[in-house]
Amino acid sequence: MNEPASLPLPQLRSLGETSRKDAWWLQPAATFAGLFAFIIYSTWAAFQGNHYWFAAGGAEYLSPFYSPEIFGNSPHAWFGPPPDWLMKIWPPFIPFSPALLILWAPGGFRFTCYYYRGAYYKAFWGDPPSCAVGEPGFRKKKYRGENSFPLIIQNIHRYFLYLALAFIGLLLFDAFKGFTFVDDDGHHRFGIGVGSLVLLINPILLGGYTFGCHSLRHLIGGRHDCMTNCSNARQGAYKGVTCLNRKHMLFAWMSLFWVGFTDFYVRMCSTGVWTDLRIL
Amino acid sequence: MPPTTFRIWRGDAKNADFREYTTEVSEGMVVLDAVHQIQAESAPDLACRWNCKAGKCGSCSAEINGKPRLMCMTRMNQLPPGETVTIEPMRSFPLVRDLVTDVSWNFEVKKRIKKFKPRKPDAEDGTWRMQQADVDRVQEFRKCIECFLCQDVCHVLRDHHKHNEFIGPRFLVYAAALEMHPLDTEDRLADLKNEHGIGYCNITKCCTKVCPEHITITDNAIIPLKERVVDEFYDPLTRLFRIFKPKKPAESTPA
Repeated sequence: MNEPASLPLPQLRSLGETSRKDAWWLQPAATFAGLFAFIIYSTWAAFQGNHYWFAAGGAEYLSPFYSPEIFGNSPHAWFGPPPDWLMKIWPPFIPFSPALLILWAPGGFRFTCYYYRGAYYKAFWGDPPSCAVGEPGFRKKKYRGENSFPLIIQNIHRYFLYLALAFIGLLLFDAFKGFTFVDDDGHHRFGIGVGSLVLLINPILLGGYTFGCHSLRHLIGGRHDCMTNCSNARQGAYKGVTCLNRKHMLFAWMSLFWVGFTDFYVRMCSTGVWTDLRIL
Repeated sequence: MPPTTFRIWRGDAKNADFREYTTEVSEGMVVLDAVHQIQAESAPDLACRWNCKAGKCGSCSAEINGKPRLMCMTRMNQLPPGETVTIEPMRSFPLVRDLVTDVSWNFEVKKRIKKFKPRKPDAEDGTWRMQQADVDRVQEFRKCIECFLCQDVCHVLRDHHKHNEFIGPRFLVYAAALEMHPLDTEDRLADLKNEHGIGYCNITKCCTKVCPEHITITDNAIIPLKERVVDEFYDPLTRLFRIFKPKKPAESTPA
């Protein structure tokens, strides 16, 4: 842009300097606390490598942090225990855990999500700490935003979306399995436990979050200028995604909490701390 | 209501500071009324830009208690009672005097955005046909009153002074209104990426929060434009699929 000489702008404010009188720090602090707590818990849970499934009383619950279990020691593992070739390349200082094979996908989806980007730029990097609040002095004119490396990588979001959509299907399958209980005679029968409902709510909330994704909204119809040229199905899908998109932040937080709680529930049942109540 | 104290920014770009004024505030008053009352009572030289007093001209933009707002649309009873009210000029533009800033940079930016370029007329009389459903999306953007509060709160301009590299949320909305228009055939994506700096936006949604017309700037304008830029420059699969798809003018042909 061929802009003439620099504008004579007011002096930049220092970190946290503002004339705002409201509790502007509250929202970024709450975001920081929520995301930080989730990162700590999910990292801890992912590295455990045990108590991630519950099989007592005929139930078949699998923690969403470990689904799909590609290699592992539970009955849910697709290909059985980790093979020798995998263990040979596995870093020796990291204990093997099936969660570490898959968590990068939903983690990447949330990390590159447009909502979370705005939220953690504020809460973790103070960029800005809140609207109309001064930023850290070291950044000033060095700011590059998402215009260059490393944050230009955020443009990969739609590829994580494709993976996240697959995860919805996998977690729905886990929820379906949560409603089947093995009787004493070895037959699978329909049943409902508290864990079944916990596992079912998880993909519903994740679906609300994933199907309200800005990238999905674009891919499903937003990229067209003339939506009326598109099929009725596409127009309907665009309206549906747009509707969910308006509640994207709400679903982002609800699904984040619930996926963590679902792992916690399965872990508590697996360790025997909680008893899974059978409703039906 | 009791008398209220106002801290108002007085001075020019070289020498300015807050000055306090106290005035009676009555029911139904907005901040602009109070400023006019202060002008009448004790500060006749207080500079303040205003016009319609109805939230439609976008002239009286300022920062009230640190938040970018229209003075004419901020009712006194929305502010904490009994507390001093701070009124400052916008911080993303050069100060002229007191509460008046020079927003002419915005008009220069607007000139650099490629203009509306409609497809050939659909009818012999030189008119076009389009569906209301197709223009609904861009009509939201046309509500903009150019108050430039979104430009003021945008930290890329306000805190990083990237005026030479970033056009700001107002003009991303303007570009979106043109780019998503069902009749438009112009391609602005390369400009948005290279000249207009859309990548600088890090989606803090501050622009959306301050918009007096409640335009969903980030979700409906900026992010869809960012996604179009991804289509054009960053997504190898979309680029591959585009080889088999018709160009924009063909897509815009009415059904």
